Amino acid sequence: MITFDGVTKLYGETKAVDALSLAVQPGEMLMLVGASGSGKSTALKLMNRLEDCSLGTIRLDGDDISRMPVDALRRRMGYAIQSVGLFPHWTVARNIGTVPRLLGWPRAKIAERVRELLLLVQLDPDVIGTRFPHQLSGGQQQRVGVARALAADPDVLLMDEPFGALDPITRGVLQRELLRIHRRTGKTIIFVTHDVNEALMLGTRIALLDHGRLVQIGTPLKLLASPANAFVRAFLGGDDYGLKLLTVESVSSRVRAGETAPGAPVVASASLRHALSEMVSRGTDRLAVVDDDGVPLGVVGLAGLVRG
Amino acid sequence: MTHFARWLRDPLPWLVVSLMALAAGMTSLRPLFAFLFPDLQRPVYDQDSFLALLAAHVWLVGVSSGLAVVIGVAAGLFVTRPAGRAFRGLFDSLFAASQTIPPVAVLALMVPLMGYDARPAVIALLLYGLLPVAQNTVAGLEAVPADLMGAARGTGMTGFQTLFHLELPLAAGAIIAGVRTCVIINTGTAAIASTAGVKTLGLPIIVGLAGGNLAYVVQGAALVGLLAVVLDLGFDRMEALLQMGPRSLVGRREDAVEGSAGRTLR
Repeated sequence: MITFDGVTKLYGETKAVDALSLAVQPGEMLMLVGASGSGKSTALKLMNRLEDCSLGTIRLDGDDISRMPVDALRRRMGYAIQSVGLFPHWTVARNIGTVPRLLGWPRAKIAERVRELLLLVQLDPDVIGTRFPHQLSGGQQQRVGVARALAADPDVLLMDEPFGALDPITRGVLQRELLRIHRRTGKTIIFVTHDVNEALMLGTRIALLDHGRLVQIGTPLKLLASPANAFVRAFLGGDDYGLKLLTVESVSSRVRAGETAPGAPVVASASLRHALSEMVSRGTDRLAVVDDDGVPLGVVGLAGLVRG
Repeated sequence: MTHFARWLRDPLPWLVVSLMALAAGMTSLRPLFAFLFPDLQRPVYDQDSFLALLAAHVWLVGVSSGLAVVIGVAAGLFVTRPAGRAFRGLFDSLFAASQTIPPVAVLALMVPLMGYDARPAVIALLLYGLLPVAQNTVAGLEAVPADLMGAARGTGMTGFQTLFHLELPLAAGAIIAGVRTCVIINTGTAAIASTAGVKTLGLPIIVGLAGGNLAYVVQGAALVGLLAVVLDLGFDRMEALLQMGPRSLVGRREDAVEGSAGRTLR
């Protein structure tokens, strides 16, 4: 749906993005990963034309975005950023309704949509909707930021390190929320981050950039299991390569059905890393597994983690 | 009852009433001024009614400040748009110069060209009041955080929509502070316009100084001073309303607008 074809962005002599070609698949969550200065954030801004390509073309559903009216293009793409950027003089509800209002939706439809989105990001519409941004916590603000980006039901969501400024606990909660929202809405999400764990946890695929160039693109498992070169291995794996492997696979792949184990169950969508951590902290080698609705599925065992 | 009590405690209505009463009833204070200045034959200025002078004064301040606001805000908007950014340096020095030249000098230069009417005074006051308006407009607009501008562009707001939905509401506090400064300094400075024959509350002061009649000076000065206090309190009310309104600026006021711009020119 979005394709980069030989895209280069020059700042003077510097190539921030260098001959980038890739195709974003509909409905995937593509993580653009790299160190600072790798061009990941610039690549994102090229998509909604906050920056313009120096060379090459970006297509949205086959149409060259440089030929589209820029404001209309941006209204088709939700945009969430690290600093959130909520408008301080507007209530939460009005902030979320920004794009629908620009699109001229009827008032009642906007109110209904705002309510729906606040529920989606798990904020109480009656309490939070009338508040002003400065009355919210950082995590709540970013939830509102995500809701605003989703407001006009865009096909694509662009997220530029949205959770980078949050404390680790809030970040973890919001990451799981985003996964849930992604599953529920099926939006195409392009997500910029420098945090490898975040990329491994969230990504359908990961595109690793270095100095504006695409080094490797593929599923988290593929990048970990068969890195294209030493840079990929070093960047993604670090010194806990095995744990990273456990991060990218879910408990559901190792469930032994028909067995039961005592203690609080883990959900099948949790990572194997989470399961390992639970085993170590509880001093057990078996955990009960349930699905998202709490229905028992079976057991995951320590040996199952190692067997692979 | 409580509402009425609050109204009674508010100094602004009392000051407005005092101003009007003093302007209307100055002649009834003749015995007082006769007692205070026993040597004077005519202890109360009576060539013009004080009400008419007050009205003329307010008119002159209103017209000149109104023009200063229109030109100052427009210029401030222009130099903060991409198209006008190159003119920023020129703009700064022009407006700084406009306040450097004393209004008296402007009057002296303009009267031979335009004659003894209100036009030279309007121009002199307009130039004098331009700087605070323009400077506060620019400061207020520039204080809008870059991340908010990026977010606005990212949501697909056009330049105009960003200006009206984001920049102007956030800069409003700073701009109004600039207008307040402009109006208050022009209220005082307008008195000087009477040296060029314009009827203002400065007329009794100038006539009094020229003719050694201190009572006239006191009468004119009291009214000008009272008028300035009334206007200043009026702006105070307006800024408070702006903070309490539904589109509250409370959240970002300190870091976005007031801190860098509003206070500097008060």
